[in-house]
Amino acid sequence: MSENLLEIRGLHKSYGNVEVLKGVDCTMKQGDVVSIIGSSGSGKTTMLRCINMLEEFQGGSISIDGEEIGYEMAGAQRRRKREKEIARQRALTGMAFQQFNLFPHMSAVGNVMLGLVKVKKMEKDAARTVSEKWLDRVGLLSRADHFPGQLSGGQQQRVAIARAIAMNPRLMLFDEVTSALDPELVNEVLQVIKSLAQDGMSMLLVTHEMRFAYEVSNRVIFMNQGLIGEEGNPRDMFHKPKSERLAEFLKTSSFA
Amino acid sequence: MDMAHFLDVLWLARWPILKGIGVTLSISFLAICCGTVLGVFVGLALTYSKAPLRWIVRGYTDFIRGTPVLVLVLASYYVLGTVGLDLGPFQAGILALAVFCSSHVGEIVRGALQAIPKGQTEAAKAIGLTFPQTFAYVLGPQALRQVVPAWVNTAAEMVKASTLLSIIGVAELLLRTQELISRTFMSLEFYFFAGFLYFIINYAIERLGRYVERKIMVPS
Repeated sequence: MSENLLEIRGLHKSYGNVEVLKGVDCTMKQGDVVSIIGSSGSGKTTMLRCINMLEEFQGGSISIDGEEIGYEMAGAQRRRKREKEIARQRALTGMAFQQFNLFPHMSAVGNVMLGLVKVKKMEKDAARTVSEKWLDRVGLLSRADHFPGQLSGGQQQRVAIARAIAMNPRLMLFDEVTSALDPELVNEVLQVIKSLAQDGMSMLLVTHEMRFAYEVSNRVIFMNQGLIGEEGNPRDMFHKPKSERLAEFLKTSSFA
Repeated sequence: MDMAHFLDVLWLARWPILKGIGVTLSISFLAICCGTVLGVFVGLALTYSKAPLRWIVRGYTDFIRGTPVLVLVLASYYVLGTVGLDLGPFQAGILALAVFCSSHVGEIVRGALQAIPKGQTEAAKAIGLTFPQTFAYVLGPQALRQVVPAWVNTAAEMVKASTLLSIIGVAELLLRTQELISRTFMSLEFYFFAGFLYFIINYAIERLGRYVERKIMVPS
């Protein structure tokens, strides 16, 4: 087995006749913080969603800690793993969504506890302790008993991050987590992510916040038309782009 | 209209009326309960099942919803007998009402489940919940909040539809009332009184629904 935390080989994904990912290769090591940038429709989000099987993919492989995600070979036939197995594998990664997707009928702490109690089979008291620890970490312990409808967008997103990370995932996936937020709420969420990165959490972020990608990540991937257009450390990527496409993209983006 | 006289007659007729109320309540209760349980499965099948089963269930609901309840009642009493399923009027009536109820509840449940944003299922999957768990803790409770108001409406419809069982000779409140009228000729008074009793029953259901809605309301 490899020492890579995440290993994506030749990832292909189509919606009907439209090929969205055309053979993506990507590896991450423990503790890496990787940002994926690129124009909309380039396949960034789709790639992220394949990693936890929210999207099926038709070719290639994804593995986490050497464990193949989602599909297995039965002889020469590639087939989807059993739902229970996929559910277990999904918990290897944590995901934060653009639209937060908090469960509206549960309090903040209830949202964080659900996975701990039902998936990790923790006792309620223990789960509550862990949940409160994480809510405290994102600065929302005082809002533990509030419902999502009583929280601001930024607060909801921080609860959603706590909910994902409390499951102790190997890798955190952030899917444009600040895109739906009012500008003045973006920073509080980015601060939380940054502090998690400093703690050594491995993460893969799809983002439009170029300045943030530059500051937080140790590697940046530029996706272009379903392929990785260019990748490297943030300094080179943002200041000395090799490809024309990336240079063009950076010009139109907010990075200055 | 002589009020004192009517009250006298009403007092004498109290037992048949009470029995009628009892029958109406038990028909409604059984039909609503059976219809709701069946309807939840219908709704689940409409939302989540794969092609052949879904078409069958879709056909069932469309057919039942497009048929007058009275026709269902008559069919269940007279037609089922010809294929060997001989039910008494009470059972046949409840069967017809429950089937009718299930098709409506099925649509209500389907609508409520489909109204839940896809992101809810995705978030549940992302923390590693299996589908049954997702349904039990995430989708079901949210659907329930949508279902209650429409369900109360259907329950009230079922109480009203129970009057149709008088046609096949079930001695529920309306049939008892008609019997009293044919003896006393006080049609205006007794019809009015029966109407009032139906109103009380439905008003109670509506209050109960409001109470449940308030209980499960999500703070915002």
